[in-house]
Amino acid sequence: MTAVVVDGPAAGAVAGPAPGPTSGLVSGAARVARGAGLGRYVAGRVAQALVVLWAAWTATFAILWLLPSDPLALLLSANNVEVDSLSPAELAAAQARYGLDQPVLVQYGRMLGDALHGDLGVSITKNVPVTQLLAERLPGTLQLSGLAVLLALAGGLTVAWLAAWVRWRPAKVLLSRLPSAGVAFPSFWVGLLLIQVFAFTLGWFPSTGDEGPAALVLPAVTMAIPTSAVFAQVLTRSLEDTLAQPWITTARATGLSRAGAQARHALRNAALPTLTILGLLVGGTVTGAIVTETVFARQGVGMLAQEAVLSQDVPVVQAVVVLAAAAFVLVNLLVDLLYPLLDPRISHAVRTPAARTPAARTSSPRTSAARTRRRPS
Amino acid sequence: MSAAVAPVTPAAGRPAGPVVRLEDLHVAYGRSRRDARPAVRGISLEVAPGEVVALVGESGSGKSSTAHAVLGLLPASGHVTGGRIEVDGLDVTRAPDRVRRRQRGSVLGLVPQDPGLGLDPTLRVGVQVAEVVRRRGVPRAAVGAEVLVALADAGVDDPELRARQYPHELSGGLRQRVLIALALAGHPRLLVADEPTSALDVTVQRRILDHLEHLVAERGIGLLVITHDLAVAADRADRVLVLSQGRVVEQGPPAQLLVRPEQEYTRRLLAAAPGLVVPGLVVPGSVAPETPGTRTRLVVRHATPDDATAGSTAAEPVLRLHDVTVDFPQPGRPALRALDGVGLAVPRGRTLAVVGESGSGKTTALRVALGLQPVTGGRVELDGRDVTDASWAAWRPLRRRVQLVHQNPFAALDPRFTVEESVTEPLVSFRLGGRAERRQRARELLDRVGLPAAHLSRLPAELSGGQRQRVAIARALAVGPELLLLDEPVSALDVSVQAQVLALLADLQADLGVSYLFVSHDLAVVAEVAHRVAVLRRGRLVEEGPAGQVLHAPADPYTAELLDAVPGGRHAAAVAALAGAGAGVGVGA
Repeated sequence: MTAVVVDGPAAGAVAGPAPGPTSGLVSGAARVARGAGLGRYVAGRVAQALVVLWAAWTATFAILWLLPSDPLALLLSANNVEVDSLSPAELAAAQARYGLDQPVLVQYGRMLGDALHGDLGVSITKNVPVTQLLAERLPGTLQLSGLAVLLALAGGLTVAWLAAWVRWRPAKVLLSRLPSAGVAFPSFWVGLLLIQVFAFTLGWFPSTGDEGPAALVLPAVTMAIPTSAVFAQVLTRSLEDTLAQPWITTARATGLSRAGAQARHALRNAALPTLTILGLLVGGTVTGAIVTETVFARQGVGMLAQEAVLSQDVPVVQAVVVLAAAAFVLVNLLVDLLYPLLDPRISHAVRTPAARTPAARTSSPRTSAARTRRRPS
Repeated sequence: MSAAVAPVTPAAGRPAGPVVRLEDLHVAYGRSRRDARPAVRGISLEVAPGEVVALVGESGSGKSSTAHAVLGLLPASGHVTGGRIEVDGLDVTRAPDRVRRRQRGSVLGLVPQDPGLGLDPTLRVGVQVAEVVRRRGVPRAAVGAEVLVALADAGVDDPELRARQYPHELSGGLRQRVLIALALAGHPRLLVADEPTSALDVTVQRRILDHLEHLVAERGIGLLVITHDLAVAADRADRVLVLSQGRVVEQGPPAQLLVRPEQEYTRRLLAAAPGLVVPGLVVPGSVAPETPGTRTRLVVRHATPDDATAGSTAAEPVLRLHDVTVDFPQPGRPALRALDGVGLAVPRGRTLAVVGESGSGKTTALRVALGLQPVTGGRVELDGRDVTDASWAAWRPLRRRVQLVHQNPFAALDPRFTVEESVTEPLVSFRLGGRAERRQRARELLDRVGLPAAHLSRLPAELSGGQRQRVAIARALAVGPELLLLDEPVSALDVSVQAQVLALLADLQADLGVSYLFVSHDLAVVAEVAHRVAVLRRGRLVEEGPAGQVLHAPADPYTAELLDAVPGGRHAAAVAALAGAGAGVGVGA
């Protein structure tokens, strides 16, 4: 409601020749404010990201160290020593060696301090620094996730585009139902199916392992299917909504073809709601890698996480959790920064409700559809 | 601005006949031919270059379907089921989109309905116009200049600046002009204008219509105007076609058609149209004795002020705003003053209308009255009690006395609530009555607003716009308020439905003695309901007084300007000239 009122200066500019320069100054000033505000916005978001990482690290610490199992027993059994075979004195010595005799908070503080210095500890089961383990395993997983995201984007975009463009009903129904199937099949099953068909029957790709680019194809496709399916679902819906907007009719009335209007005027607008879900999907590929790398026996971070959880290798689990959280935070920060580039109505600098430009509120499709009167007849 | 542009001369070999000819056009909607629902049933019309033809009708009359069929832009579910469409001498009834596409932009241009949504929000204005210019085959180097020409032609001030701006940075009037520029950029020979101004303020509306008319005259472009507003059609068209249920009911030049309508339907439309004075129709109220120039003769229902309306001495007003100021802080800029020392009083049992254009502060005044908007300065009194800084808890019992009816009945009702749930919600919220009593109350309320009790179990989607607004009014009345705040309550409704809802509001006031604060931009509507009128402009109170005085003898030039912009004035002048002095004026006074 206030929007109509705050419209003051803009309404003054209505059609009259005089207020032109004033509006120019105003929008110029707004642009400067936007530039200054963006730095502050990014700094704020980075600080937020650090808090999220700390919280993820702490939560993992709390859950794993406060579990009913005895960490010392795990540590010792990893070195082939049975807890029962040690005398109380030897036990105490071992505890002191691993720092387990200190209060939990002290242990927490020490580990956090180390982590901040880049020392993520030593793997309990493997006796290797965690950072070294990650350095070995990460490139493979990044390749896999990267390819999976690219495939998901291409696949999802194609399906959504066709579903919105095709007019023949059976094909339209098929294309818009297809993503549901993609979401419905669990990825371990899809992985096994792909191995059966393309590795064992056709022999096109290796079934397991991580040698060469060919080995990357099947796991990447496995990971891409559910991601692209969700992406396609959201984008199809969003495209359909956008194509029903009046500005598409305007564009078509100037002689643009259906495909042209969809490419020039619908896709970018439809991408906006999709972008949010894309942040979650891309962040989720790290966790998706756990299942896929296990099925395809790839030595990646996902596999590492699975091993570490099973053997309660706390430092490794913690590192993987923080890594996954970092991926989420980074991708979502990128998404938030991309928003204003795609939609000029969104500005991160101006946040107070009263200060949002009035026209932005009246012209955003959702609000003004309700406010402006429309007379379909 | 547009004087520098050469008129578009028809290329050699082009037929000299009408740009568009429809013969017995039928359009239907539906998935298959069998369950098709007809929307247009046999419309024939022609539009020649330089001619203005208006299609007038209510929602569902088929006027927009006709326009979209002409452009070949029917939605996927719409089909031309019969008849013939000729564009530029070419039969395009069954032509593939490839052929139709070549005509769009270059032969036919569309000025769409809603300037708020007609432009792609993510692209700069100049980029959108350039797209059309390029499609005309203009060499790359010349595109920029052509874009500025198109914007200037459409009456956009400072085209260079505007071309760099995004749609949301422009006002509604400017956006409508950009849409006209988009349509003009392809050098079309016919503009189809679909309700081009119904979302705009009257003064802006007038400027846009003047400009379109000017383009038609200067370039010999044909103009097909789709409108629900008889007054707009009466003022602007060479020929008017009145549509109802997909058929042409009546057609002819406005002077003839709107003065001596032959059909009952046209007569009813005319009677419902506020602001159009039609000789021979008995209109209660009074008409301004002498209106200068071509100003519309507004029929002011409550022209003679009674005790409650005339002075503040008779009774304590229900609501009083004393010198209220509201500032909205803006970062990096001085605060925006939405209301500047505004004093208003709603007389008990009467209607105070607050009029003004977008940005005048009328909605802020309404929010202040609702206690939703803290004031920067001044006092607010409800029933003589100071509620300026009342807390939420203090306001809570007072909300029973003040209720709100929204502008848009399509958005104001929860789509998943039945009518009964909607109407009884305020009772539930104030814990009034038991289940049976609430149901009984809901029946009474529906009866009050003229809806059958059978509607209690319906969902909003099953109701028409007018019925929904009746439900919204019933809901507002549920807790027996003393004051209703009406925020543009009829602006989203068809004229005939508008008239019914306004009559209902008048009845309710007479029966229940409820007071209204009526916010509107439509002076013709205000004339129907207001006892007193307050005119706001950029947050300041320009003029306030009894309705008859403000609307017939405005003291402020701005009020006069608003009155001059009300469509229908030219038609009234023409009628007066036609019928001779005195005979053309309605009765009353």
